[in-house]
Amino acid sequence: MTTFAPAPTSTTSAVRQQVLVLYLATSALDSPVVGWSLYDGTGRTSPTTGDSDEPPYETGLAALCDGWRLFQAAQMIPPYPGHEYDVSFLKHEFFFERLEKSEKPVDLDDTGH
Amino acid sequence: MTTTRERLLSSVQMAHFVAHGSLRMDAVVPAEMNKEAMEVFEAGIPQVPYGTPVSEACPEGSFMRRLVEVPEVAGALRSLVGPEPNIDHHFVHVREPREGSAQPLHGDAIIDVRADAFDVQLMYYPQQVTLEMGGTLSVPGSHLRRTNESDTGRYQNLRGQSRLVCPAGTVVFLHHGLWHGGRRNDSDTRRFMFKIRFNPTVRQRRLWDTSDLSDPRVAEELNTVFPWYEQATGRLELFNRVLLWRALTGDEGFDLDHWVTRVSNRPQEVLA
Repeated sequence: MTTFAPAPTSTTSAVRQQVLVLYLATSALDSPVVGWSLYDGTGRTSPTTGDSDEPPYETGLAALCDGWRLFQAAQMIPPYPGHEYDVSFLKHEFFFERLEKSEKPVDLDDTGH
Repeated sequence: MTTTRERLLSSVQMAHFVAHGSLRMDAVVPAEMNKEAMEVFEAGIPQVPYGTPVSEACPEGSFMRRLVEVPEVAGALRSLVGPEPNIDHHFVHVREPREGSAQPLHGDAIIDVRADAFDVQLMYYPQQVTLEMGGTLSVPGSHLRRTNESDTGRYQNLRGQSRLVCPAGTVVFLHHGLWHGGRRNDSDTRRFMFKIRFNPTVRQRRLWDTSDLSDPRVAEELNTVFPWYEQATGRLELFNRVLLWRALTGDEGFDLDHWVTRVSNRPQEVLA
């Protein structure tokens, strides 16, 4: 029988992920930003829907230049037959991350095992 | 019906609606009704069964009846959905002071891909709405996107989005598909918005004042490209807009810059 001890915690600083999602005008990473979202794993800020009219960067490349690391880009999927003229979700979605120090208590046993 | 006819939308205004997915009318509701609205909303407005005709859902003299009979509102309604539409439902939306969160960007109800008919949603703001009060966020030109309800919640901000700031008594009509959401209220004031969704009961064809149908500004409005459109998909938006304008006017030859004509051209004539 397996028993589980309470996860150890610490108040020392640790890194947390900040996620930036940029929507670009074409599939090229250096094309203009048309939409953006931010999620802050440090808990220091709380970005939300409709909180800004100005994008944080003009292009995806500008985010790279500022230290954001790209970790996912939308696949290019051909339209389904018969739906070539449909419009739906934004197609050119790029996920970036930045690791920031957090002063929040950290669960040291949070690696999933 | 002279009063209503005088306030029918023009073709240029209809083209604006078809391009933007919305039509805004600032301060059209009189001040005394705006004041009354705050008391009516606090007390609550009785719900009606889905699909109740306006004349049944809104008793003569009731606040809701007087609201839909404001000449500008009545004219826009008749132009967009025709006479005697049904009320789908209505709801008083309240954004509490400093409530801390915004609604995710969404389209109401469920995915609705009708190409030759649409519902409209009346949004009425009885108070002056400042940026801090979290006026409704909407995304111009998003109404033809085939997405389901809040599946668009990942999108926080889009270039050219509209964060509503308006005087008291403002009414905005939205196409049923328009992406929108209540923004976070960072003020100390409760914000009210009264929404009524209307279902048409007649074919939505040339219901407005069509005397300016050939005005060049119609095509200019329909050709509007919004800053959040991706380069390639923006062209598809124009394609779909042409189809909607054709449905509303019955003009099967209408086009913008040959977008639909070009890809529909399949000559059948065989050389002798």
